[in-house]
Amino acid sequence: MSNIIPEFNVDKNEDRCIKCKVCVRQCSEGVFKYFDEFDLIRIYNDKCIGCHRCEMMCPTDALTITKNTALYKENSHWSSYTINSIKKQAETGGMILTGSGNDKAYVSYWDKMLLDASQVTNPPIDPLREPMELRTYLGKKPEKVILKEENGDISLETKLAPQIKLETPIMFSAMSYGSISLNACESLASAASKLGTFYNTGEGGLHKKLYKYGKNTIGQVASGRFGVDTEYLDTCAAIEIKIGQGAKPGIGGHLPGEKVTVEISETRMIPSGTDAISPAPHHDIYSIEDLKQLICLIKEATNYEKPVFVKIAAVHNSAAIASGIVRAGADVIVIDGFRGGTGAAPSVIRDNTGMPIEIALAVIDQRLRDESIRNEVSIVAAGGIRSSADAVKAMALGADAVYIATAALIAMGCTLCQKCYKGKCNWGLTTQDPVLTRRLNPAIGSEKLTNLVTSWNLEIKEILGSMGINAIEALRGNRLRLRGIGLTELESKILGIEHAGM
Amino acid sequence: MILNCKGLNHTEINKSIRKAIQNGEKEIVMNNVNGQGYLFAGVKNGIKAIINGVPGNDLGGMMDGPSLFVNANIQDCVGNTMNNGKIVVHGDAGDILGYAMRGGKIFVKGKVGYRCGIHMKAFGEKIPVIVIGEDAGDFLGEYMASGIIVVLCKNKSTLDSNYLGVGMHGGAIYIRGNIEENNLGKGVAISSLDDWDKNFLTNILDEYSTDMNSKEKYDLNSFVKLSPLNSRPFQRLYSY
Repeated sequence: MSNIIPEFNVDKNEDRCIKCKVCVRQCSEGVFKYFDEFDLIRIYNDKCIGCHRCEMMCPTDALTITKNTALYKENSHWSSYTINSIKKQAETGGMILTGSGNDKAYVSYWDKMLLDASQVTNPPIDPLREPMELRTYLGKKPEKVILKEENGDISLETKLAPQIKLETPIMFSAMSYGSISLNACESLASAASKLGTFYNTGEGGLHKKLYKYGKNTIGQVASGRFGVDTEYLDTCAAIEIKIGQGAKPGIGGHLPGEKVTVEISETRMIPSGTDAISPAPHHDIYSIEDLKQLICLIKEATNYEKPVFVKIAAVHNSAAIASGIVRAGADVIVIDGFRGGTGAAPSVIRDNTGMPIEIALAVIDQRLRDESIRNEVSIVAAGGIRSSADAVKAMALGADAVYIATAALIAMGCTLCQKCYKGKCNWGLTTQDPVLTRRLNPAIGSEKLTNLVTSWNLEIKEILGSMGINAIEALRGNRLRLRGIGLTELESKILGIEHAGM
Repeated sequence: MILNCKGLNHTEINKSIRKAIQNGEKEIVMNNVNGQGYLFAGVKNGIKAIINGVPGNDLGGMMDGPSLFVNANIQDCVGNTMNNGKIVVHGDAGDILGYAMRGGKIFVKGKVGYRCGIHMKAFGEKIPVIVIGEDAGDFLGEYMASGIIVVLCKNKSTLDSNYLGVGMHGGAIYIRGNIEENNLGKGVAISSLDDWDKNFLTNILDEYSTDMNSKEKYDLNSFVKLSPLNSRPFQRLYSY
């Protein structure tokens, strides 16, 4: 018998319940069980993960899920989470596994930065009537541009490195086919193609069904090299080498065998039902020189036609590493902050490792400027971007674009119950169970994602207008338009921004 | 066609290779190769190449079809994520040979360095194979998901490297000679060969001997097989 007190209470209002058994069918965790002989729905609170699917699907609003506030006696030091974790570990002897991003109450610097706006002397712009430019190019930019004139025609003499063109500086971050369902992948791919932006395959390869979205696909190459073949390299518009992930710096990927179905086994070329392991180190990369070698290999294999991204988790010496990555020849650096999500990670790592993207981004941008190599690379910021305001602040701190993933999952139905690793997602997102994946219609998923990014685009244009600028390019690295609120002198210095009032 | 690689860098050589393929060349002899890396990277064609001189790192990386015959030693990361084709080496190989190999064959006459055949994959009929004439370094077949590695141990009676097959969850490693338990990685089991194994080995070793211009025959009863004890070696690490 388990000695863990349930985290949630599932209350059913008997006057409202019509015994339609929707809850029994909808809950993949088995919280509800119907007993025919007694015409009774029995509720097992201990199985509830707090995803609220049943509550939303119940046609008579008979169900209410509440947090079990009387979980343990109140204690500021020993939280209920801590007590339950200890009990689970005492029972199993295993590491506590968790999903999605760090949920602990660390400081969020996005919430300590305010944007500037124009008044009187520098007029704002009305984005509804005047053009606003969000178009973004990612890739190496030349040190200077040389033009040539021939018979009155002006053309570019400087040879440009490969670029990818985004109609909005928001992309969908890496989530592999395996960690999420094919329907979720297709929703992201189709939304990216409608929006003129990109989604990232994650490290699980590319399902054949998604090849048609190749022009809007960034293909990932991680240590497990799942699904990396010439077709993959040809199909994707850019290639990303994954070194680390914000949710689990220094920890590799681990797709539990429950999620490795036959189709995933084909895409990844591993036996079905076994754990797909992507260890933390690429065993061919122990140094910046080795990283350069993999970048070179990918560039040679793709004929120098595609930008190569390198993704790292934000850690204490990120700035020096970023400088090395530029010198290794990457076209784009992706920095993933500690709030970034994951399909599965030990909670001790997710909750205690890495650093905020705000700080990593500020110090990396500054370091590359100080070394006069900022033009050599584009920077993409990722890890817990919640809103257009976070995205705008990231760009003012120096990002060329942002990646979103948790926000994208929420748009498709996720309620952040953080049980992605169980493979039983009730919203059909982080599961491969055919009964559950059917719950997400890719056409509807794609529409929701398109709506989300469209609304963020509108908001970004409003913000730019209020600042009196008409192109996202004029905001990039423009820290003068940011002010800190409630920051210490040291924090302001690290972020490279003045305090409000200065 | 004959390509003199003297003084050319890797990009120039690869461009010449791609051009030769476009011109319909079926065979290319590359002379004076001297450390240029990434040769045949991502090349999708059944062209045959004879390489004279020592090619650099990542030879045949991500390639899809070519057959390369190297008359010298090779360096590190050869056959990195190779999808199809063949690499025959009349010499020794460096570290991480055949990293995440997905298909095709690599035959080495001499020995190979550390972490050979890690992350090898397979699906259905598409099974990558590495055959090593002499011995292999530590961590042979680490994280192997599928595929086959054969070590012939011609220079010694047994393979005494450590952490053999550590973390493997699929595939097989055939080794000639006896293996001590303490050389094995965690989660790896030793067994004798069944009919499928013997049939597979007979065919692959015939092909190996032909490519190595050797008439040597191998006694299949002198081989042992390493395979994963359990398809989910990391399952019990976590508490749900």
